[in-house]
Amino acid sequence: MSATQTMSTVPTSSLARTFLPWLLAALLVAVMPQIFGSGFAISLLCRMAIAAVFALSFNMLMGQGGMMDFGHAVYLGLGGFLAMHAMRAANAGWWIPTPALPLVGAFGGVVMAAVGGLVVARSTRTAFAMITMGLAEAIVALVLMLPRLFGGEEGINADRSGGPAVFGWDFGSPIEAYYVVSSWALLAALLMFLFTRTPLGRLSNAVRDNAERVGFLGYDPARVRYLIYIFSGLFAGLAGGLQAINDEIITAANIGSNAAGAVLLMTFIGGTGTFIGPVIGAVLVTLMQMALGTVTDAWQIYNGLIFVIMVLWAPGGISGIILAHAPLVRNGRGRLLLPSYLRTLPGFVLAIAGTVGLCEMAYRLQSIRGGGPRGGNILFLPADPETVAPWVVAAVMTTVGIWLLAVTAPPARGAWMHASGGTQA
Amino acid sequence: MRFVTRAAAAVAVLISTAVSVHADEVIRVGLIDPMSGAFAVAGRLGEQHFRFAIEKANAGPLAGTGKKLELVVLDNEVSPEKSLTVLRKAIDDGVRYVTQGNGSSVAFALSDAIAKHNKREPNRSVLYLNYAAVDPSLTNDKCNWWHFRFDADSDMKMHALTDYLVSQKDVHKAYVFNMDYSFGVAVERGAMSMLKDRRPDLQVVGNERIPMGKVKDFTPYIAKFQAAGADAVVTGNWGPDLSLLVKAATDTGYKGRFFTYYLGSRDVVAEIGMAGKGAAIVAVFYDNIDNPVLKEWASEFEKRYDNTFGSWTAMTSMMMLGQAIKQAGTSDPLAVGKAMSTMTWESPAGAVSVRADNHQVLQPLFIAALDTGTPHVFPDVPLGFRGIGRIDGKDTAMPTTCKFPNAP
Amino acid sequence: MMDQLLLILLNGLVYGLLLFMLSSGLTLIVGMMGVLNFAHASFYMLGAYIAYTLSTTMNFWVALVVAPLIVGVLGAIVEQYGLRAVHKHGHLAELLFTFGLAMIIGEVVQLIWGRMPVPYRVPPSLDFPLFSIGGTAYPAYRMFMVGVSLFMFVVLYAALARTRLGLVVRAALTHPDMVSMLGHNVPRVFTLVFGGGCALAGLAGVIAGNAYQTDPGMALALGAIVFAVVVMGGLGSISGALFASIIIGLVQTVSIGLDMKLHAALGKIGLHVDPAGLFSDVWDISINRAAPVVPFLLLVIILAVNPKGLAGSRSS
Repeated sequence: MSATQTMSTVPTSSLARTFLPWLLAALLVAVMPQIFGSGFAISLLCRMAIAAVFALSFNMLMGQGGMMDFGHAVYLGLGGFLAMHAMRAANAGWWIPTPALPLVGAFGGVVMAAVGGLVVARSTRTAFAMITMGLAEAIVALVLMLPRLFGGEEGINADRSGGPAVFGWDFGSPIEAYYVVSSWALLAALLMFLFTRTPLGRLSNAVRDNAERVGFLGYDPARVRYLIYIFSGLFAGLAGGLQAINDEIITAANIGSNAAGAVLLMTFIGGTGTFIGPVIGAVLVTLMQMALGTVTDAWQIYNGLIFVIMVLWAPGGISGIILAHAPLVRNGRGRLLLPSYLRTLPGFVLAIAGTVGLCEMAYRLQSIRGGGPRGGNILFLPADPETVAPWVVAAVMTTVGIWLLAVTAPPARGAWMHASGGTQA
Repeated sequence: MRFVTRAAAAVAVLISTAVSVHADEVIRVGLIDPMSGAFAVAGRLGEQHFRFAIEKANAGPLAGTGKKLELVVLDNEVSPEKSLTVLRKAIDDGVRYVTQGNGSSVAFALSDAIAKHNKREPNRSVLYLNYAAVDPSLTNDKCNWWHFRFDADSDMKMHALTDYLVSQKDVHKAYVFNMDYSFGVAVERGAMSMLKDRRPDLQVVGNERIPMGKVKDFTPYIAKFQAAGADAVVTGNWGPDLSLLVKAATDTGYKGRFFTYYLGSRDVVAEIGMAGKGAAIVAVFYDNIDNPVLKEWASEFEKRYDNTFGSWTAMTSMMMLGQAIKQAGTSDPLAVGKAMSTMTWESPAGAVSVRADNHQVLQPLFIAALDTGTPHVFPDVPLGFRGIGRIDGKDTAMPTTCKFPNAP
Repeated sequence: MMDQLLLILLNGLVYGLLLFMLSSGLTLIVGMMGVLNFAHASFYMLGAYIAYTLSTTMNFWVALVVAPLIVGVLGAIVEQYGLRAVHKHGHLAELLFTFGLAMIIGEVVQLIWGRMPVPYRVPPSLDFPLFSIGGTAYPAYRMFMVGVSLFMFVVLYAALARTRLGLVVRAALTHPDMVSMLGHNVPRVFTLVFGGGCALAGLAGVIAGNAYQTDPGMALALGAIVFAVVVMGGLGSISGALFASIIIGLVQTVSIGLDMKLHAALGKIGLHVDPAGLFSDVWDISINRAAPVVPFLLLVIILAVNPKGLAGSRSS
């Protein structure tokens, strides 16, 4: 689709194909609470929605603009703080309905990004990464220094049901909050999607790929970067407003490097090359962080391992993998891959099972050393990490699995190249 | 995939246990504390103490009632927002009693969230038993009927500490030294106001705050203490900000005495080593209180968990919860809360009672100093605490501004 | 007052030289390979922990020599089998790889040595007061730290300036392709530089871990500030790194020791502001709270003014 083509000249079937997924998404959002009704599930869905908006705004910079922003959580946090103050004002009697709070967050994000962007927009890649990191650290320290604005370590909290009611809803119940959060998230995602189709969106891709040439075409790359930065900050602030509604509290921790690292993980695992990549990443990583932590202690190292493995062998993320295979499946050549892919399966299973076994046992040992309970299964198998046998078994599984992978992966790769007609995606 | 199968297995086990042990009603207590990350040590220590305490409570006040407590551990990584998420999950899993202690910022968030939740979903109300977060606001201007605090708050501790300091005739100049955040500021405020005009020959010669966890080398501060002629340092510091401070004092030969809140944990003592001799704490418990039940519990704990028994408030909270459940005859948090508001437990360390006006627990406060030659010593360093002062529970009460906004 | 100032300056020097050891390796790595090595502080942490184990099973002097070597070898392995594979995916992928590596090293350290700080102590042979400043004894070990750092600077500078290998390294800093075409094994040089940088970080860990505290959070505490130093000193410049580290070390240590509100400090230099006025929250900031911000503010200002850094040879 050319950037200058207007909507009316696009054939309707293509229009439908672009917007059908959005309709499906809206349907899914409306129906989810009926399927997963527990409070925890609804709270998790809200978090995924917020993370998705944040990751999409981050990808506006990283994937589409080629800018690596280590301080992006700052705009989410500052937007969130502004929304919390608005919520407090609503509690004190001002007419600010809760569904309007994400707009307040967006406003906060946009204003701060406009200021921040002046400082960072002229830098090139490595310098940009470092300057945003410095800016983020400076702002975190600043936030802790101004307790009246930012609440110090306790943060700012308020009551989302203490504002004016809208259509009889006071937004106290988790389901009402969910509908506000998810509708806004859907809207924000749609807007960001449309943004990629605008001339500015296309220009940002151009600047990412070859800034010098863009300059020769008559556009100022620094100016383009600046504008993208502002829009990205707008949506990050909006995500902050959503978080304010969901948690009813924002603290300095929401600005810090943990949040910044998490969004990096999400966007990268999902894949920076597609629009939906960050959403996939946000859903998966939120699930990992929130739900996996209740099942095993080892999730921290799984986080790191998955990240490193993806960087080494699947830098396009999950959506990259899907993109590499979707065309093949569509034109029927997918089944050419099946035999060699299936042959890699035993290696995969063994390597993963062995690694998981090693990690789980290591964490169990650590917990025992800290006085935790002995006995009990490692996952479902009775294995005592204080004896040698399970370690040997797991180590052997891992080594054999890796060796099998090393043997079966190149033919699988070759099969893919052959099926794709020898061209790389 | 693994998560689903694991969760399914867990559910199956739960159902089977519920079915088989039909006699006892299981009341789940959720411990929300850091179990991973930088503060995991504190959280894990709490977990050990709560397991131990719940066992004693089930065998003690709850014996024969057909009810028993069960611990559910929830990792919050000292993050207020993660705490809210695990709280949600716990409520869904049927947990109606929640306990937490590490981090006043988490405590504020939890108290607020629980108050809102109880208002919005009164038939799934939750009681919050705070075992270690000592910012005074939680039982004053930010008090909440569903919150009970089992540790003496920082003002109560400072009151006991300053009373002791004033009684020490060889102390003339005190230096107040704290971490620059809400808790440290509360300690400083308390120290300054409670040391003023107590004795004509006792004055505060310095008052300073340091950024939390940032100072690597405390020698300049020791130099300041020395320059001011301070023979006592009053500090609420904890963790590295305490151990590095005391180490620096010994490295430089400073002779002043340290009066602290948090010297008593095993890892701090191990880090300080012999440098800690003579340093004092104010606390609701120390390892050499002369009582046979306490000694028995301490040795049983040490044998089982290879760790020093010290988190007394875990024991008091669970024992009093058991007692309140027995008295109320039900596990419903509203009834139990009402019973707990006026409850007293005759503990081996002294009488422990709840104030009905702000849900702050009153119990004996001790001043103790690290010394050699005590009956019990820490395993890594041959030092133990020797009691040098004691205040009765009722004398620890401080005036309160609490007017419960949500008393049922 | 003067005594305290002297103590603070000495501490600032010690801290600054420690930062130098950490940043010297990083500045070469970033300058030459363009890799923002997020795992650099993790190697520092590894050095401290390995030294702890070695010094308790054998002695400190063995640890002083062996631990940096072990860390250096680990670094070389990471570079050869990890970074090199990622190199073809671009700078961003390399950065992310080191990011994930930092996460993994952090977890593995806790798995092996536990979550509590470990009692890594100064060796008794160095644990005595060297001199006295106004009644406060200054430990000899601090001077030992200064000595080791300066010695490393001299060795590094001499190696880069006088040896043939140093010549190749310096050339590869600015013209890697040309150096490769001249027949030198540039990938091997990269591995050497990365391993050497990690070894330096490990050495910093060995001598700092027992003076300060060895715990799982030590990598995070220093990670960001080392980047600030590297940027300020200019990518690839050893003397720039020394200069910047000492400045930042002094500024940090001095400002942390100043428990003074901003308006009081400004008043002392003649700028009077109204502490109760509109920006009261800002004027009420105490300097020691603000101290951590300073290096990052400097970083931001420098990069904003000159996106190429101070004395750098490469910009991207």
